[in-house]
Amino acid sequence: MIAIIDYGAGNITSIKNILKLLNLEVIITNQKELLKQADKIIFPGVGHAKYAMQKLQDYDLIEFIQNLEKPFLGICLGLQLMCTNTEEGNTKGLSIIPAKVKKLPSDDIIPHMGWNNVHYQDDTCLFKDIMQDSDFYFVHSYYVEPNEYCIAKSEYILEFCSAVQKDNFYGVQFHPEKSGNVGKKLLENFLSL
Amino acid sequence: MLKKRIIPCLDIRDGRVVKGVKFENLRDSGDPVELAYRYMQEGADELVFLDITATQDARRTLIEWVKKVAEVLLIPFTVGGGIRNLSDVEAILYAGADKISINSIAVKNPQIIEEIAKQFGSQFVVVAIDTKKKENQNQVFISGGKIGTGLQTENWCKQVENLGAGEILLTSMDHDGEKNGFAIDILKKITNTVKIPVIASGGAGNVEHFLEVFQKTQVTAALAASVFHYKIIPIVELKQFLHKNSIPIRYEKN
Repeated sequence: MIAIIDYGAGNITSIKNILKLLNLEVIITNQKELLKQADKIIFPGVGHAKYAMQKLQDYDLIEFIQNLEKPFLGICLGLQLMCTNTEEGNTKGLSIIPAKVKKLPSDDIIPHMGWNNVHYQDDTCLFKDIMQDSDFYFVHSYYVEPNEYCIAKSEYILEFCSAVQKDNFYGVQFHPEKSGNVGKKLLENFLSL
Repeated sequence: MLKKRIIPCLDIRDGRVVKGVKFENLRDSGDPVELAYRYMQEGADELVFLDITATQDARRTLIEWVKKVAEVLLIPFTVGGGIRNLSDVEAILYAGADKISINSIAVKNPQIIEEIAKQFGSQFVVVAIDTKKKENQNQVFISGGKIGTGLQTENWCKQVENLGAGEILLTSMDHDGEKNGFAIDILKKITNTVKIPVIASGGAGNVEHFLEVFQKTQVTAALAASVFHYKIIPIVELKQFLHKNSIPIRYEKN
């Protein structure tokens, strides 16, 4: 069973739909007891970081997530919240990944929206059977700085970290659920860990 | 590198795609779900659906097909047409649309842009603007282009950006349906004025028109309807052509 953490941060319809398309049993919850029963956890997020962290605190999920040992995938804001802190609302994150999240400089159109290529490290299982430099769909105004757990990089205005892995914790800046067949493949890779 | 987006637009009436769509091997050529899926497979980067239904039951039908499209589509899609208030927006987004597009309502009540952006985020708000040359000025028209607003297009674009719009879908009514190319001048002007993404719409007739709009203006996407529906331009060929001419374009590599 796959759990999607529902903490009121944005729309989770798309991620729910693609998991159903993959014939998986899905629960959408913010209850710790139910999350404990899941084999894997997906942590989506769209919206404001401060509001999202407040919700995690309200549901008493911060420590629970930090201590998880099962495969965990943060998507978009989900990835950013896995980091130490973010400039969005000057918010403290979950500190799973020791990296800062900063606002993209306004040298170009913000948000970074559309398809952009992702250059991944060769030995990562998340990108297994996905062609190097495939395009994924991004929508974001903040970015994760390059760090020691970075497994993929992309470039828009500057080079940023587009995927991370630390033990059982995975995170991606793009939206695999909106990235066509390559996105679906990436989710399948995560789900078969 | 960020890619330029190619966006087919589908007009929907009573839950059916209008304009005879000539895809082969389709059981039901008016089914939005089947067409959306086909466009995705051909390499469309995003889709826009405009609901042109005018009946009382419109909204219920709309929510039903949006849900079905969202169940199969693995690329982003925008839904527009007849959105009157925040509860319409919420229903469409929770049915699975990635963005909503508003046009006339934004002119009549500009605050709605701010309200949607605040509640759901700027990236969900596309403001569609129909522009036409009148008395040597670019002016905004609403209600399917029937009513002039007296607003200057450049000013209105700046205003919607300031109110929190995430993207502008700019249709030149002078070019729409003419197949003589996109409205380069106004698109150039607008993309130099605002710092949010602008989608070019109106006038696509051949692959060179797409190349021209990407070479001469800063638009991040180009939208067309009939040239894709009638297979005048197959998306695969368009993308190959743009790629050959050094426009950054997405290919599915797997």
